[in-house]
Amino acid sequence: MSKKKILIVDDDTDMIEQTKAYLESIGYSVFEAYSQKEAEELIEQGEFDAAVVDLMLENPDSGFVLSSKIKKKFPQKPVIMITSVGKETGIFFDKRNDTGNWIKADVVIQKDLRFEQLEKELEKLLEKK
Amino acid sequence: MNRITLNVLVVDDEQGMTSGAERCLRRFIAKDENIKDEISFAVSTASSGKEALDFLEKNNVDIMLLDYKLPDMNGIEILEKVSDKKILTIVITAFASLDVAITATKKGAFDFLAKPFTPEELRNSVRKAATSIYSMRMLKILEEEKKSIRFEFISVLAHELKSPISAVEGYLKLIDERIKGNDVSAYDTMIKRSIERLNSMRKLIIDIIDLTKLESNRKVRNIERINLAQSVKSIIDGFENQAKERNIKIITDIKDVFINADAGDIEMLVSNMVSNGIKYNKDGGEVKIIVDSEGEFTKLIFSDTGIGIKQEDLDKLFKEFVRIKNEQTRTIEGSGLGLSIVKKIVDFYDGKINIESEFGKGTSFTLYLKSKPPCD
Repeated sequence: MSKKKILIVDDDTDMIEQTKAYLESIGYSVFEAYSQKEAEELIEQGEFDAAVVDLMLENPDSGFVLSSKIKKKFPQKPVIMITSVGKETGIFFDKRNDTGNWIKADVVIQKDLRFEQLEKELEKLLEKK
Repeated sequence: MNRITLNVLVVDDEQGMTSGAERCLRRFIAKDENIKDEISFAVSTASSGKEALDFLEKNNVDIMLLDYKLPDMNGIEILEKVSDKKILTIVITAFASLDVAITATKKGAFDFLAKPFTPEELRNSVRKAATSIYSMRMLKILEEEKKSIRFEFISVLAHELKSPISAVEGYLKLIDERIKGNDVSAYDTMIKRSIERLNSMRKLIIDIIDLTKLESNRKVRNIERINLAQSVKSIIDGFENQAKERNIKIITDIKDVFINADAGDIEMLVSNMVSNGIKYNKDGGEVKIIVDSEGEFTKLIFSDTGIGIKQEDLDKLFKEFVRIKNEQTRTIEGSGLGLSIVKKIVDFYDGKINIESEFGKGTSFTLYLKSKPPCD
């Protein structure tokens, strides 16, 4: 069985390096994008099985835009959005109380991100497919 | 300009007095060179001590005109009873004795008016009280603003300090878990990156110390005649290795210019500028440093062939912790304080900074400094 491909989008180089090292160690192959612009190009190509996107990139809503773009093109591909906005502003984006279905990502994870948590969510979402 | 209304309570058993004072203040607008707003007055009256105290219990009063001699109590008793409220009291008395004045002042009276007085004298005294209240309010607003700026600074600082810790911690955990198996070179990268983050964290802390010293005016300066050519050259020497690593050429055109300044300020200023010139440059690029004089100013130009700054980002440049984020700056470490420090030093030497920049081509900073009078 070939490796599942994960697209990671984050403007924090260290975060990308570390997430990549972790995900590779548990058998994924990882593609990275450092900006919304870079991510949009990779999404066009569609060479990924799931995406992990940070909310705030060059635009404060980059994560929302990217999630929605991915879901429009590939409704079946899981998207996980990562954000620290909650801790800083007290506004927590959560799928459970998103009654208007504004958040297109499948799961929202609050920072500080634990890799085990990311691993579990990815496993769950990729299994469901 | 805002309209502010202060509440005035006139306490006197003479009906002529209370209605006179009311008439006198009804259309009065306090003006003063220190007051930017319009202050008008809403007047209420009381004819006895008890009535006054009842009124003060239920209403908000800013200024009280208080007759010293009331049928049921004297002015001092009332002053004592309202001492915990922030009321400016003007004591009105027909018996302008020194004794009364001293006791009343001790009890917190703001001013005195001796009977009989003219409407002008009454207005003057009320204007004085209004100005005092106005200044206190402005001071409070200013302090609140200062507090909130300080809070914002601290919370950004905390965030900036936390992020390298998280990054290094993350790498250590991955190394601890031997996440890359036996691939030693992968760990080397993680260790190297951790050291980089720790170094830039140390630089941030040093910058904070510098900036705090400059900000609080607590920096002890030793103003002396400095040969700028010498000191700039020796500071540049310290950057030689850093420049060589990325094959960046440092070109100088340095005239013998003297300035009365603190050597520490010059060091901070020049090293921040040279460091930026190298950091935000392209590999194989150039940093050019010119030292010259222009009229009463000493002129320092730092040009680079680096990544340049977009027009819309120029205004943000000197704000604390601002780091222009784009594809080019992503991997460059920095505290976001360097140019704030430079700006503060230039301000101290009554100077100015001109920036010319072309995105993708490079930036040129021209710093003008004036000599300071030497210490003793």
